[in-house]
Amino acid sequence: MKIPKRFLFASVLFTALTANANSKELALTINIPQLNVAEYHSPYLAVWVESEARKSTQIAIWYDVNMADNEGQEWLKDIRQWWRRGGRSLELPYDGLTSATKGPGSHQINIDLNADNLKALTPGNYKLRIEAAREVGGRELIELPLTLPLDTSILPISKSGKSELGEISLSLLNKEL
Amino acid sequence: MKTINLIKLTAAGILTATLAMQAQAHRAWILPSSTVLSGDSPYVTFDAAISNTLFFPDHFAMNLDSVKAFGPNGEAVELLNPAKGKYRSTFDIQLKQEGTYKLATSGGGLRAIWEDEDGKRKMWPGRGQSAPDSDFATAVPKNANKLRVSRSYRRIETFVTLGAPTNEVFTPTNQGLEMVPLTHPNDLYAGEEATFKLLIDGKPAKGAKIEIIPDGVRYRDQQNEIKLTANEKGEFVVAWPTAGRYFLEAEYEDDQVAAPATKRSGSYAVTFEVLPM
Repeated sequence: MKIPKRFLFASVLFTALTANANSKELALTINIPQLNVAEYHSPYLAVWVESEARKSTQIAIWYDVNMADNEGQEWLKDIRQWWRRGGRSLELPYDGLTSATKGPGSHQINIDLNADNLKALTPGNYKLRIEAAREVGGRELIELPLTLPLDTSILPISKSGKSELGEISLSLLNKEL
Repeated sequence: MKTINLIKLTAAGILTATLAMQAQAHRAWILPSSTVLSGDSPYVTFDAAISNTLFFPDHFAMNLDSVKAFGPNGEAVELLNPAKGKYRSTFDIQLKQEGTYKLATSGGGLRAIWEDEDGKRKMWPGRGQSAPDSDFATAVPKNANKLRVSRSYRRIETFVTLGAPTNEVFTPTNQGLEMVPLTHPNDLYAGEEATFKLLIDGKPAKGAKIEIIPDGVRYRDQQNEIKLTANEKGEFVVAWPTAGRYFLEAEYEDDQVAAPATKRSGSYAVTFEVLPM
């Protein structure tokens, strides 16, 4: 593809300007529902950003990190889409991504768009995908649209799960700029 | 009157059932407990049987002597806890290395069928047996009546993967009918398409007949088979209708073979697991 030079220049300038405007963090709020089941285990949960070409950038992974002999890793493949979309190719330990599982309630993940891996993403449409899989339970995958450079006009945005996930919302993190 | 009708009906029913049984060949399969794995050196347990109803052991246990496991580097992996029951054999493997493992049993060579002086049908090697090609000259009478000699191979496989899928185990041996996946067999999802290539003695198995049957035959009235034919390049594309386990069987036959055989044939079977999206 040939792009005239002046357009290239314009787009570089544009990126520079918007990048500046994007020195923002996002707050992803994940609600894990209380379930009335005989045997309850907190879900394994993964959050990642996926490009239209299905390239993934990892945000978070919650699993049984503290089990003996790394036994908790045995069930990571049950976060099925995540496993396929990058989980299976990650080197353990997942540096900076990993947390212990979390029980029912509201949990917040801050997403810094200026973090190296996110800053490197080319402008375009992405999906923020949140997948939960529970031992002896079900699995659910929710996606929120995300445009980079950040299109704030659609924020805040929320979606509700039906089984393993409650309301999921994405908004600008309230922080002094 | 009523009784007679009932007998007739029953007889007809038995006849139909018998015919259906004959039409439906026994299927030999190796079924893994999981195909996609994570964690620290996990185990997979396998069932291996020859059954009428897919993935339900109801006929013969598979002989494990010829079942081999290959690790991601192509090296042999030990079969653990092997046992042969009445209807199925079982064994485990431990996945100590990341990547894709192959479980396979294969065999074949020259085969001959003829009639002896009394018109009795003879077979070499005997049913379910194997013999080296070098025995042919002594085991099969040269001018036997209705002598038919073929070179045929059969192969039964399945695959499991720890971590990210790898491709080393797909290197063909170039003997008999083999599958080289273009879509990784441990990366199959309902609603997606997968492409596979069939080779006969290392060359594209053009026109090979493929039949794919979803698991759970016991709980429905039809086989729900998907029938496909390999193209010029030996390739075919499968669109997986639902998640679940599948049995894929391919057959190939032609006359491109050296004497004394006049026919070469190959059969290939594989167990797949298709995951939901």
